[in-house]
Amino acid sequence: MHATKALKKNGEKVSSVSEPAWVRYLLITTALGFVALFLLMPLAAVFVQALDKGWEAYLAALHEPDTLSAIWLTLLTAVCCVPINLFFGIVAAWAIAKFSFTGKSLLITLIDLPFSVSPVVSGLIYVLIFGLQGWLGPWLQAHDIKIIFAVPGIVLATIFVTFPFVARELIPLMESQGRDEEEAALTLGASGLQTFFRVTFPNIKWGVLYGVILCNARAMGEFGAVSVVSGHVRGSTNTIPLQVEILYNEYSYAAAFAVASLLALLALVTLAIKTVAEWKIQQSQSVTEGER
Amino acid sequence: MGSFGQKHSVLPGFGPTLGYTIFYLSIIVLIPLSALFFKTATLTWDQFLVAVTGPRVLASYRVTFGSALFAAGVNAVFGVLLAWVLVRYRFPGRKMIDALVDLPFALPTAVAGITLASVYSPNGWLGSYLEPRGIKVAFTPLGIMVAMIFIGLPFVVRTVQPVLEELDHEIEEAASCLGANRWQTFCRVIFPTMLPAVLTGFALAFARAVGEYGSIIFIAGNMPMVSEITPLLIITKLEQYDYAGATAIATVMLVASFLLLLSINLLQKWSRRFAD
Repeated sequence: MHATKALKKNGEKVSSVSEPAWVRYLLITTALGFVALFLLMPLAAVFVQALDKGWEAYLAALHEPDTLSAIWLTLLTAVCCVPINLFFGIVAAWAIAKFSFTGKSLLITLIDLPFSVSPVVSGLIYVLIFGLQGWLGPWLQAHDIKIIFAVPGIVLATIFVTFPFVARELIPLMESQGRDEEEAALTLGASGLQTFFRVTFPNIKWGVLYGVILCNARAMGEFGAVSVVSGHVRGSTNTIPLQVEILYNEYSYAAAFAVASLLALLALVTLAIKTVAEWKIQQSQSVTEGER
Repeated sequence: MGSFGQKHSVLPGFGPTLGYTIFYLSIIVLIPLSALFFKTATLTWDQFLVAVTGPRVLASYRVTFGSALFAAGVNAVFGVLLAWVLVRYRFPGRKMIDALVDLPFALPTAVAGITLASVYSPNGWLGSYLEPRGIKVAFTPLGIMVAMIFIGLPFVVRTVQPVLEELDHEIEEAASCLGANRWQTFCRVIFPTMLPAVLTGFALAFARAVGEYGSIIFIAGNMPMVSEITPLLIITKLEQYDYAGATAIATVMLVASFLLLLSINLLQKWSRRFAD
């Protein structure tokens, strides 16, 4: 057993349980070719096209007033959505992971619902409630409150599509950590909140980070749902993705890609943080397993 | 005894946390989703059928579900290949490729859409190479499939990777001792273990591709009856103020999503049972 594992770690192969070298090289080359074609090329194209007209044109495109207001709206949306869904994620994970009750798997499935709904449908359902012909439409109009085709609608639709991210990351993490430590803290006299902040939260902090950055990436990048609820009014109800669409449809390709490159950079940062967070979570899980 | 039949627990906060969870879930997710069904219920059955089975709508189902099926299939095959290569082999850049597999998750759909469209357009990097050879990708259903392959890429890889990582080398060694060659070992021993994960990944990629909007509309031709996806048709109907039609089609999409979600849950239950 130990000998096999030692061989695995060195990356050496026992020949009877590995492929001949030519098969290995063929598989690796095909896989890398697929990755290059479908991942690397589109990613590189964003930056190459963004800098197509030079560095100054790139910066000028980013300083354009409509683009700046799109950036502002996107940041505002993220700042509204992420904390709300973070709070929900932690609360839901506490209720689900630390207690047993009937209907738990139904609840988890319901929390996952926004993940499986098409973004266009996600936007549509909010139009059905808050739009002019919707349930609350006449009431909202009477009070001169604009939700659909205005910023609140965008925030609401984004909350919907980013709803599960923190919860679905924290639930399995907290379930795998069990309740032993929290119960020990309680018997030692800690209150509920003390237990949470001193015992639970340090254990889940990397999971929280992971969920938050994924939630943020989706909140800033959401297109379909926001497209339905936004009025597409330049300078006021456009987020960065919508601005990208407008510029692209106007054939301002370099400008479109310049704005898109901001999101692409965000994606790369997200991936980097995600990798670190995943590694840390794995580390902490192997520590708890080692302790058992 | 606590509420909902929960076992008695020492930990505090069950009531408030569960209550808030259900409350927030209802107002953000359940009530808005139910609005869709209520709105559709205002149509008579005949009106509903007309709205969801018109020729343009049927064509959009064919395009959307057909392309998604093909794309998920491609992702299943290459996803297994990628997962295998990432788990079993060492090569320079392996860790970077592993992280990059998640790019379609992190990259906003509009950015993916415009970059795929520009790469495959007639004067793009790949388009200028393919079109003179008669392979039109941009503005055709083929382009839709390419976009769907992109966004579904991580799903199979990420469901199969853990299974491969936990696969015990001893089982393969035992098969080899019993006389199986490498290919037989793969087909009879390794692949059946992976199969539930592959199917789960396939279903996830399929579900994502069916609902996708932003990555596809730039590279698709968006021509009705030929290359129009169902989400785009919903938006077009909304812009024409045909709320009833849009809601009816959206209901069909939603029901399809629920069915897919159910299948995925069942598949995941199957894989967990298999793993034990």
